[in-house]
Amino acid sequence: MTIQETENKIIDEFSLFDDWMDKYNYLIEMGKTLPILDEKFKTDQYLISGCQSRVWLSAELSDGNVVYKADSDAVITKGIVNLLIRVLSNQKPEDILSTDMAFIDRIGLKEHLSPTRSNGLMSMIKQMKLYALVFKTKQSTLNLEL
Amino acid sequence: MKFDVNKIRNDFPSLHQKVYGRPLVYLDNAATSQKPKAVIDAISEYYSTINSNVHRGVHFLSQQATDAFEKTRNHIQQFINASYSHEIIITEGATDSINLVANSFGKKFLKQGDEVIISALEHHANIVPWQMICEEKQAKLKVIPINDDCELLLDDLSKLINEKTKIVSVGHISNAVGVINPIKKIIKIAHKNKIPVMIDGAQGIVHEKVDVQELDCDFYCFSSHKFYGPMGVGVLYGKEALLEKMPPYQTGGEMIKTVTFEKTTFNELPFKFETGTPNVADVIGFDAALNYLEEIGLENIFEYEKELLDYATTRLKKLEGLEIIGDVRNKAGVISFNLAGIHPYDAGTILDKFGIAVRTGNHCAQPVMDRLKIQGTMRASFAFYNTKEEVDMLLEALKKVKEMFG
Repeated sequence: MTIQETENKIIDEFSLFDDWMDKYNYLIEMGKTLPILDEKFKTDQYLISGCQSRVWLSAELSDGNVVYKADSDAVITKGIVNLLIRVLSNQKPEDILSTDMAFIDRIGLKEHLSPTRSNGLMSMIKQMKLYALVFKTKQSTLNLEL
Repeated sequence: MKFDVNKIRNDFPSLHQKVYGRPLVYLDNAATSQKPKAVIDAISEYYSTINSNVHRGVHFLSQQATDAFEKTRNHIQQFINASYSHEIIITEGATDSINLVANSFGKKFLKQGDEVIISALEHHANIVPWQMICEEKQAKLKVIPINDDCELLLDDLSKLINEKTKIVSVGHISNAVGVINPIKKIIKIAHKNKIPVMIDGAQGIVHEKVDVQELDCDFYCFSSHKFYGPMGVGVLYGKEALLEKMPPYQTGGEMIKTVTFEKTTFNELPFKFETGTPNVADVIGFDAALNYLEEIGLENIFEYEKELLDYATTRLKKLEGLEIIGDVRNKAGVISFNLAGIHPYDAGTILDKFGIAVRTGNHCAQPVMDRLKIQGTMRASFAFYNTKEEVDMLLEALKKVKEMFG
């Protein structure tokens, strides 16, 4: 599935909710079903600093795609992290770099990404893109070497 | 006068709005208070009439603005019972006041190997300025420890004090947990050793009557905006003798007497510490806030706040899994708490959707959270316009939070 297709799917899922409580209950569910991040990644090295909840993020390149894994100590944050991973994980670095994550606004969660909310999610997206950039640069260097 | 909270709420326009379609329940008063209409009107009136620069103008408006500005200073002097009006320095806020003392007092009195004492309960604003000046002067920062209930361990203060100690700076009331510190005892202990004491009263003046002469503190500071006045205005009270000895903090216009390229001589107190054009409109707005508070009566306000805090504490404690941080008798204005197994950020996000404004996180007091080994808390902080019904709404919303995350 492309980034755009996953985004559309998430927008469809969220269109079913009548009120904020359903939406947040769904986010909480998503938070609880986020695949477990190995404890070895829960260190300061993988910590994305945010004032309110802690988020740990790891990334690796697998068959040319970036695979992200993450965790947070707050469930709603985990839910949103899960959404971000659904959209960006297993995608090519260049596709990750070019997406604007507009779906966040469409599903009415923009407030969580405001830089003033200081919950680290803005930093999370930045960090995800940074990983993609690193992998992309590494790939092109490798290509040159070949 | 009978205290009627519903009548009082009518004085605060911002309280009567809806957020997410629900009536606003504003419980973030320790961050900043809402403003009565009298304050809003005073600012508007100032800009509509006597707006002009203060102190050196010969013209009519400047005289009027200066009179109103200085009237506020006198009002603050009376309000905290300072000996002289020139002991009242107008600053930009409590943070600015602490920075002023840390830098100016530090410059004059701190030298290598000296020591400054703060407490483990401080807001970052009463930690970092001292840290910076200690680093600069190669002095040491010592910390009065707290127990698990966030009470200062005063026995340790006596042990920390020695001939190298130059100043003690502690908060009056903790912003993070609401515990009232025994500042009178602290001042006595320090003075016995001839050490001056600064009190960070940002939360203190809001919930307790402050008489600086009775306290005998050497410095006391607070912000207008937490005390129903405008933002951007603060107060530093300092004893004349100390302020006289301290060098200016920031320099520029207003605070000078004569300037030549060879030498500048500085103005007298309080102007020595007031550089540049002050925030005249908001200072005058703060005067209106003090007038308003005096009209209602501080005793009435504090009595009602105490009743409300007792009610909220009793009610919240009944909620299973709710733990109050700093659950002691001697506290004011704040209930800091956690729900078992629920991250404060998660709970705060849901409370917000219910129209309830609380603060979550470390409340700019990371060392307190580290000491208690917690990530943060939810903090409900009360003002005299909050009601028991609002406490009940908080409780109902917390029950929902428990259901959602359970």
